[in-house]
Amino acid sequence: MRVWKFGNDIDTDAIIPGRFLTIYDPAELAKHAFEGTRDEFAQEVRDGDVVVGGTNFGCGSSREHAPLALLGAGVKVVVAKSFARIFYRNAVNTGLLPLISAGTDSVRDGDAVTVNIAGGYIDVNGKRLPVEPVPGFMKEIVDAGGLVAYAKDLDEVKTCNTE
Amino acid sequence: MAPVDAAMIHDITGPLAVRVFREMGGERVFDPERIIMLFDHQIPADSIPAAENHVFMREFAKEQGIHNYDLLEGVCHQVVMEKGRAAPGEIVVGTDSHTCTYGAAGAFATGIGSTDMGFVLKFGALYFRVPESIRVEVEGAFGRRVGAKDLILSLAGDIGADGATYMALEFAGRAMREMNMAGRMTCANMAIEMGAKAGIVAPDAATWDYVTARRDIKPFDLEGDADASYRERRHYDVTDLAPQVAVPHNVDNVVDVTDVAGTKVDQVFIGSCTNGRYEDLAEAAEVLGNADRFADGVRVIVIPASRTEYLKALRAGLIERFVEAGALVEAPCCGPCMGGAFGLLAPGEVSLSTSNRNFRGRQGSAQASVYLSSPATAAASALYGEITDPREV
Repeated sequence: MRVWKFGNDIDTDAIIPGRFLTIYDPAELAKHAFEGTRDEFAQEVRDGDVVVGGTNFGCGSSREHAPLALLGAGVKVVVAKSFARIFYRNAVNTGLLPLISAGTDSVRDGDAVTVNIAGGYIDVNGKRLPVEPVPGFMKEIVDAGGLVAYAKDLDEVKTCNTE
Repeated sequence: MAPVDAAMIHDITGPLAVRVFREMGGERVFDPERIIMLFDHQIPADSIPAAENHVFMREFAKEQGIHNYDLLEGVCHQVVMEKGRAAPGEIVVGTDSHTCTYGAAGAFATGIGSTDMGFVLKFGALYFRVPESIRVEVEGAFGRRVGAKDLILSLAGDIGADGATYMALEFAGRAMREMNMAGRMTCANMAIEMGAKAGIVAPDAATWDYVTARRDIKPFDLEGDADASYRERRHYDVTDLAPQVAVPHNVDNVVDVTDVAGTKVDQVFIGSCTNGRYEDLAEAAEVLGNADRFADGVRVIVIPASRTEYLKALRAGLIERFVEAGALVEAPCCGPCMGGAFGLLAPGEVSLSTSNRNFRGRQGSAQASVYLSSPATAAASALYGEITDPREV
């Protein structure tokens, strides 16, 4: 498993351009992941590879096609210094694990990587990088395998008072 | 979990939300009257898959008893606002990142993904993290041909693309109070470009005039507590603000127009949920003045944000002026900002756009360049074929 290293402010238009948004099948979306900005990704990505970014990963459009395209490519984990809000939620909801790590600057493209979610770290070229756990309620969704699985067994939800 | 007052779905992200709703075992939506459906990204259908999406959504609306504005009314955020579907104190979600626009109506409004929306369609509620707030105090009065878009671009440049991630931006101060609703919508719309979850203008007389004209609702007081705690308070003065331009390929890459004046442009787009209102078109037309034609070699695309705004501009003679000067005026939709429907750029081409994003590939080729500006700067640039300071025209 290798690292696909990206910089800061990777937007969802880059992950999957607007002209492919009539596609909903993850495997089909994956064929166009990073098209135009990093063409070799869709050709060479392998099941289990890890995408590593800098700050503000997934900014821009709310398109859920972005995490779906990565999942379709076999990417199950994205590690970044920080994530844009909507992408972070979309990733958790669809079963793509977004992990926050302060140490992604030292990670290089093509590095060998293994992820240990339970242990709370990733190993990159033999060097251990701590990652922050998924917070609070979102952990329940991650553990359920995404929001669809979480919601399937719910008949109703209890809401807070917003007055 | 918080209850949702209204939920908006459109032709691009809606079909996936409906599929998720089904996968979650959804049979009936929580309340058809609280769901707003319309098509704006790929209209009229630009491909067979887009047409199939429209059919799929129409059938779902019919089955569930949801009122579908279909492709008739315009760009989602403008339509939600002008139909009075967002009001002070409400929680509104939409499967589009610029849903934060409705903060101009004093609503807590935020963009969500399709899976979140599937959950909302089923349960009428969603999990939220309560955001911290940044208070943005804007004082002073705008100079000639400088306005809301220049302010929000300068804020994006100052706060940065992730400077407000997961937070709410609360806009206040004299410049905000004196700003019309169109300008407030422009500001709230681009809160997401700083990573914000919401961008809110505290409701005042202007807000209530706008909302009560569209909906049977009694005004009430709604403002931040005097002792509210803010993550940060930021102070700005717009008195000496120059027209601003976001240069490729990030929205927070913002400079004074004078720094990029002279940059040749191939296409100018005046429209979008950010700047497609009557006031924006009037601002562009005022700069156009009595000039005969836009510059040779520049494609000028004008798209009113809604049918209502289109009619206002038509009746005021603005559309005639744009067409006379050589613009392509299209029916209300997202246009080139969708990056797929039409108005795409070839490699090496340059666009100046009044929309909200200049990401690489946003309007076509990843080797094209997109600059963002106000309608006044866009019109001035269309006249000269290069980025032009509107104060000099």
